[in-house]
Amino acid sequence: MQKLALKRRKVTLKDTWPYHLLILPGLLVVLIYTIIPFLGNVIAFQDFKPIMGFQRSEWVGLENFRYMFSLKDTAKIFRNSLFIASMKLLLSLIASIFFAIVLHEAMGQKVKKCVQTICFLPHFLSWVILATIFKNIFDDTGLVNTVLVKLGLASQSVNFLGSNRWFPALLIGTDVWKEFGYGSIIFIAALSGINPELYEAADIDGASRLAKIWHITLPGILVTIVLVATLNLSNILNAGFDQVYNMYSPVVYESGDIIDTYVYRMSFINAQYSMATAVGLLKSAVSFILITVSYFAADRVAGYRLF
Amino acid sequence: MKVKRYKSLENTVFDTVVMALLVMMGLLCLLPLLHIISLSLSSKTAALAGRVYIWPVEWTVTPYKTLLQDAKFMQAMWVSVQRVVLGGLINFVLTICCAYPLSLETRQFPARRVYIWVFVFAMLFGAGIVPWYFVIQYTGLLDSIWALVIPGGLPIYNTILLMNFFRNEPAAIKEAATIDGVDAFQMMTRIYVPLAMPAIATVTVFSIVGHWNNFFDGLLLINSPEKIPLQTYIQTLTNTNIVITSSSMTEEELAAMTSLKTFNAAKIVVAALPIAIFYPFMQRFFVSGISLGSVKG
Repeated sequence: MQKLALKRRKVTLKDTWPYHLLILPGLLVVLIYTIIPFLGNVIAFQDFKPIMGFQRSEWVGLENFRYMFSLKDTAKIFRNSLFIASMKLLLSLIASIFFAIVLHEAMGQKVKKCVQTICFLPHFLSWVILATIFKNIFDDTGLVNTVLVKLGLASQSVNFLGSNRWFPALLIGTDVWKEFGYGSIIFIAALSGINPELYEAADIDGASRLAKIWHITLPGILVTIVLVATLNLSNILNAGFDQVYNMYSPVVYESGDIIDTYVYRMSFINAQYSMATAVGLLKSAVSFILITVSYFAADRVAGYRLF
Repeated sequence: MKVKRYKSLENTVFDTVVMALLVMMGLLCLLPLLHIISLSLSSKTAALAGRVYIWPVEWTVTPYKTLLQDAKFMQAMWVSVQRVVLGGLINFVLTICCAYPLSLETRQFPARRVYIWVFVFAMLFGAGIVPWYFVIQYTGLLDSIWALVIPGGLPIYNTILLMNFFRNEPAAIKEAATIDGVDAFQMMTRIYVPLAMPAIATVTVFSIVGHWNNFFDGLLLINSPEKIPLQTYIQTLTNTNIVITSSSMTEEELAAMTSLKTFNAAKIVVAALPIAIFYPFMQRFFVSGISLGSVKG
């Protein structure tokens, strides 16, 4: 066997050129529009002026980072991002598991199929559309306030979109609303893989329905839960640019401004290119560590590998 | 899964509770969408008085009639259609062309490792947004539809999904084709692609939805009003609303703004319509597509 392997002709460019050729267009796109802009992050160490380009702008060392850490905003946006993103991930996870289990327990294929279809839909709608819908609903004169006042739960309308007290909760709630259905797919798949004999055995033992969920269903998808939770870790600073950008306003910057929206405003409205890039780079560095940790952990825990 | 359940008080109560929860969650997802549809079909006065809940009050289709005559809106819609076709096509071709060589055995194609590292690195890090903008400017794409479709031409995550799917296609068929003497390109078009149609459909759906929904590229990279895609157009309309309302504004201006409520609702409904129409077809694919992600390489 080993001799045979040794005898095998080494593959050369003569054999593999079609493969290189096929990859080339995709590779070029990635090199030009992702890798080069990644390397362009060096402007975080420059005083970047667009007219001077990457090469001729002045190098300033860690000046931008010093300036960044001296700003009060920096701590605020990192805190907001961390809070909003982690609450979203945690609550979405719980809601997805809950939804998957309810679907799993329910009788009646038609109703199940119908509810499943409806609950997956929001994932595919853009935040531009959904933010407009939610701004309508949570407006001073919107649906929620009308109902709250009519029912006497609030004496006057609550300013959900414009108060720092409510805004993060609104972001988190609406994001969970959008993603819980789609997020449950992986759990639905895992639930269908549980051995039915376990339930039959439990029936014979006289277990209640709740006991079966607790002792069979949940342990049956535990590995999947841990896997999803671990992979979520890499998103813990991604609080959702599209959503926040479409729902926030200057009044709620205090509680709702996140890293990505801050970097966008600093870059393209205030033209502080280098400082904004420094903030983005700090986020990338933290994310990179978290991604590495989570992928190694996912491999350890569940034998999961992306590639 | 079919489980036999015996009629008992516990089962009856439990099943009822479960069904109630299920219906409630379905309604929760549906109500906001119903509300906006109802708003768009109600009269202005009813909408402003807050009398519209989840059913149209004083039916009218005037906002939709106005919308059809709104040249800016129709133009933006047309740009979005072009973008979806063009971008979807580019994504489709590049994803397949990259996923196929990457799915080969390392001994067949030793360089695959290097390529995979480059792609995964690019996916994990992404570009810095400022350099990204200036690279697009330097390459002359700014303010043209190409800026919306070329920089994201290769969706790397989709490529990896498809690569994993290719790797799990039966080896026997590939070997048989090799013995029959097909070359690398025929192998891709005649063997790999036909066998992977469900996976290819899934990633294509992802890329099309992504192109339709993206508003950010249009916001940053397009300046000419006639080249702005639909989502960006709607975003600029509704976002200026909130900025203006929060700053000082006369009563009349505010009234004029809010009277657009039903009209804006109609815009939202029309922008979401393509997704809603194609959604039932898509669902079949993405449910199978998600399980691709759990395939081990």
